[in-house]
Amino acid sequence: MKRRSVVKYAAVAAALSLGLTACGGSGSSDAKGSGTVRVTLANHVWTEGIKAAIPEFEKSSGLKVELTQLGEDQLSDQYNVKLNAGSDEIDVMMYRPLQEGKAFAKNGYLADLTSKVSSDSNWDWKDYQEGPVKATTADGKVVGVPIITEREVLYYRKDLLKAAGLEVPKTMEELEAAAKAIKAANPDTAGFVARTGKSAAVTQFSSFLYSFGGDFTDSSGKSTVNSDAAKKAYAFYGGLIKNYGPANVSTDMSWPEAMAIFTQGKAAFYTEADSLYKNATDPAKSKVADSVGFAALPAGPAGSKPYNIPSWGLAVNQASANQDNAWKFIEWATSKERTLAAQKAGVPGPRASVWANSEGTSTYPKDLAEAIAVSAKNGVGHDRPQVVTVGKAREIVGEPIVASITGADASAAADSAHEAFQKFLDSEKK
Amino acid sequence: MTSPRSAARNSGRAPNGREKFSDWANAHRKWLFAAPAMAFVGVLIVFPLAWTLYLSLTDSQGSVRAATEFIGLENYLTVLSDVERFWPAVGRTLTFTGIALVCEVVLGMGIALLLWRPFRGEKWVRVAILLPLVATPVAVGMMWRLIFDPNIGFANQLLAAVGIPAQPWLSGQDTALGTTIFMDVWQWTPMVVLILLAGLTSLSEEPDEAARMDGANAFQRFFFITLPLMMPTVIVAILLRGIDALKTFDILYATKGKGGGSFHEVETLNVYAYGLSFDYNQYGLSSAVLILFFMIIIGSMWLLTMRKKAVSK
Repeated sequence: MKRRSVVKYAAVAAALSLGLTACGGSGSSDAKGSGTVRVTLANHVWTEGIKAAIPEFEKSSGLKVELTQLGEDQLSDQYNVKLNAGSDEIDVMMYRPLQEGKAFAKNGYLADLTSKVSSDSNWDWKDYQEGPVKATTADGKVVGVPIITEREVLYYRKDLLKAAGLEVPKTMEELEAAAKAIKAANPDTAGFVARTGKSAAVTQFSSFLYSFGGDFTDSSGKSTVNSDAAKKAYAFYGGLIKNYGPANVSTDMSWPEAMAIFTQGKAAFYTEADSLYKNATDPAKSKVADSVGFAALPAGPAGSKPYNIPSWGLAVNQASANQDNAWKFIEWATSKERTLAAQKAGVPGPRASVWANSEGTSTYPKDLAEAIAVSAKNGVGHDRPQVVTVGKAREIVGEPIVASITGADASAAADSAHEAFQKFLDSEKK
Repeated sequence: MTSPRSAARNSGRAPNGREKFSDWANAHRKWLFAAPAMAFVGVLIVFPLAWTLYLSLTDSQGSVRAATEFIGLENYLTVLSDVERFWPAVGRTLTFTGIALVCEVVLGMGIALLLWRPFRGEKWVRVAILLPLVATPVAVGMMWRLIFDPNIGFANQLLAAVGIPAQPWLSGQDTALGTTIFMDVWQWTPMVVLILLAGLTSLSEEPDEAARMDGANAFQRFFFITLPLMMPTVIVAILLRGIDALKTFDILYATKGKGGGSFHEVETLNVYAYGLSFDYNQYGLSSAVLILFFMIIIGSMWLLTMRKKAVSK
């Protein structure tokens, strides 16, 4: 490590960690500009597939891959410290375009890949779906390559629906009625479960918001979280959980907790990202693996409008001295063959050609593939406010969700969230 | 400083390089030996503090490398007038520390007294008591989080078995802080036991025996003889545990996540500052919170050491 970067690194680490737990070690960095590509990835099914295939890449390219794998929060913290310090210890980074993309691009952490993506027609950048491409483009420059896409779908229990003599709900009203009926018939089983944590729930709530005709902001960037549509969506989402959700529902659930309730057989309906479906259909993880069904998000007053987003992408660290080799890794990891292989392993990808290929959906439950196809068509390209400090924005717009779940006045909460959100948006414009 | 040896040499021939260096080292030895320690303190304590202080006076946000403006005490004014997050966090930090400390010291003293006199199976009991201490706080947090899960957790199933309705534990707005205090007490009481037991075993037995001869009962002997003699040790235990409890982070983060839960129900100053840095990227504001936090810690520790001096006299 160069002396200057030691000082900068220490400065940032110090600034960020005084009184907090110390940050992890920095690892070796003698590989600068050399034949070693340092790749940082999140824990994800996609990562598992790539990890297994890396020897193949090392053999064909003659490069060595040094892999760091971290949980989502740890990953984000690592980036905050290392990229902030201008560290060159990361070459390729897996990041969340909608969560960190704007902030990273604004801070100049991401290398411009515009000329690289168009250099090889075989690799084919045009093959990428439009929404995901938009999310990894900043100020007209391509700064990342999407790898995983997600849409919100309805997970349901076929056996419970059959026992209650119900059809798969097509509208929000039908969903509510079915949740009510099933909860009434089975007191131990929740009619509906979904994320409840203030920040965690925002992404899944967004599809309800769009389906009721709302959004977080209007076209001029002003807050609309207290519009009539938004208020109805808040009341509906929270009401479903409050009235038909699990007993003693907590307000801290993210997907692992909500998924656990569903896979333990304690809920009839669950709305969640399609990319997590394996958790529900894998008999090793799910008690209800053989009775899980999938459907497109039920339609609200404005139709069925789930989000359709790239949840993860790969980018190159601007400070890396090894950018060409980093790109070689990305090119390989996102090639048509690799994307197809990942998709077959259960990771919905961003390539149109893979979706068009019948092999690309061959391993999916049939009803899930259909739901994905429908959702991809009328989906919305974001699932959270599109701002720089997404973490803070999520906490603000998530407030009424929690209020609604706990039975407080959702409409009043939406009004105060609107005020706070507008103030926040103004502060970001400065 | 000239040593007799170098003085003798100086009278004779000119010193060579090695001798020159050893003379120089001799003359500066108090600095030389202290240098590693000083560098350590400088790099790991003084520099981070100074940098945090500097950041707290700027509007740094987004990236610490971005251009920042010096804004004086504005961050402090913002923080000190923030009644939504900052002051409740101060309150929670003090509540958490206060209650946890009292429970740990009282419980710790009780257990230490029980372990004081030798008994059969003493070794096993000591090992059992020390177990929570060796577990990683994050793992402890995750474990209790599973136990206290409102729907599939062990705690509620246990309650159901004896006919008590399910409790919200960690998920309740009012119960979450209490539950995390319980976890802290569970994990850290053993440390207090260790310190107090060390203190007890080093007490001389004469005063106790004399009191016994005079007919004092167990309570009287404890409150008028043992406790006063133990006071310096008790304060050391409070000091050590107090600093740790004030800056508790891992079990809070592991059980309730960012922001200390949806209602910030367990958000202490540490969790708040972490959120400001890593979630909101507001480094200036976060630094101001940390500096204020630092001052709170220094202040309370100063009060305690004053008290210890008074007791020791």
